[in-house]
Amino acid sequence: MPKLLNLLLAVEHGMKKPVWDCTMCGQCVLHSTGMTCPMTCPKTLRNGPCGGVREDGHCEVKPEMRCVWVKAYDRKVSLPLPTVWKEHYNDLRPPVDMQLKGTSSWVNLITKRDQQTPAGWAKRKEETGAH
Amino acid sequence: MSKLRDLLTQSKDVVYTAEFPVIDGGGMEQVKKNVDRLSPWFVAVNATDNTAAHAHASNVSVAIAMKQHGLEPIMQIVCRDKNRLAVQADMAGANLHGIENIALLTGDDVTAGDEPETRRVFDLDGPQAINVASILNAGTYLSGRKLSPAPNFFICSVENPFAPPHDYRIERALKKHRAGAQMIQLQIGYHPDRLEKFCAGVAATVPDLAIIPSVVLIKSAKPLGFMNDKVPGISVPQEVIDRVAQSADQAEAAYQLALEQAKHALSLPGVRGLHITDFRHDDTLERLMYDLGRTPNQYK
Repeated sequence: MPKLLNLLLAVEHGMKKPVWDCTMCGQCVLHSTGMTCPMTCPKTLRNGPCGGVREDGHCEVKPEMRCVWVKAYDRKVSLPLPTVWKEHYNDLRPPVDMQLKGTSSWVNLITKRDQQTPAGWAKRKEETGAH
Repeated sequence: MSKLRDLLTQSKDVVYTAEFPVIDGGGMEQVKKNVDRLSPWFVAVNATDNTAAHAHASNVSVAIAMKQHGLEPIMQIVCRDKNRLAVQADMAGANLHGIENIALLTGDDVTAGDEPETRRVFDLDGPQAINVASILNAGTYLSGRKLSPAPNFFICSVENPFAPPHDYRIERALKKHRAGAQMIQLQIGYHPDRLEKFCAGVAATVPDLAIIPSVVLIKSAKPLGFMNDKVPGISVPQEVIDRVAQSADQAEAAYQLALEQAKHALSLPGVRGLHITDFRHDDTLERLMYDLGRTPNQYK
């Protein structure tokens, strides 16, 4: 089993690194963010752009880079992505689970490990449905 | 007790907020001077958290000092410098001292400050931090561990309707509202069309979210150019800069611009008040407040 996990990890990283500059956060949300990785935002913001986006749509921290969330929004609007993916665009994504760093998000998706959140977060989500 | 919450939920009164000057010197005497200057006009004032990525006396300490001197704080917590444990510790500390208004912000990047070599944290982002405050209000930490007595935070946030992607800013404000924000202060901006669109979009969906746009008091065209060139997220159209720069009396032209902005903002749906940023430090603040129909100590 560990061999299979290592293989999956290698394949996932091999595919995602060149295309999305994947940092292997282990809890991939690409499908819901217009196929743009929020972990490439210098502030690693998973819930939309900060207030520092420049007038030309570029990043506050790296002026040469287009804001990840400007790109994500454009793609969410223009790409023919499945409706269910687009519906998840405005989800309140939970804080990154640092324990998953370096693991395969595919495996975490299958085992639903990537849906585990701290008890307080899970309780509020259950009570308000507001996510 | 949060007077800010009471006013917004139980009255139609216009709410004025401001920024408490950072404390780097002058000690408690300086805190008192600032309180004396601001308290006649403002219901609550932001205690900032390492504003613009510069270290200062901490958010919690300044909020406590303000409260001791009789000025209601809106204690900011910024995600740049603190991981989720530290953010929750600030919240629990505020609760311990009876501070109810808290504002959760993502924060400027470390590169905006005078120590750009600092490690940036951003363990949470703004919307997540708001949700964490809501979790504490329900009586537990993020982990589910009990916090008693549960806080009664009035949760505030900040949005920038002037920065791209403009259409998305409304959705982001709505997300913050879903996470628990009840009031949203807006960043400085010089595009009234963007402000109108934002307020209309937010008020149409969540009329109970109090929108508080910013108005800046400046003395000349120079700071307008500076903000446009140097502050990411702020763009000032050339015609606005020219209007002040080409005036015979720049200080007066800058004042008239601010007054016009204030009146325009107050006329928009969802807007419950204004956030005044005073870079002039003269008697213009009083002038503006009188011109907006205010008199001192109306909140007392």
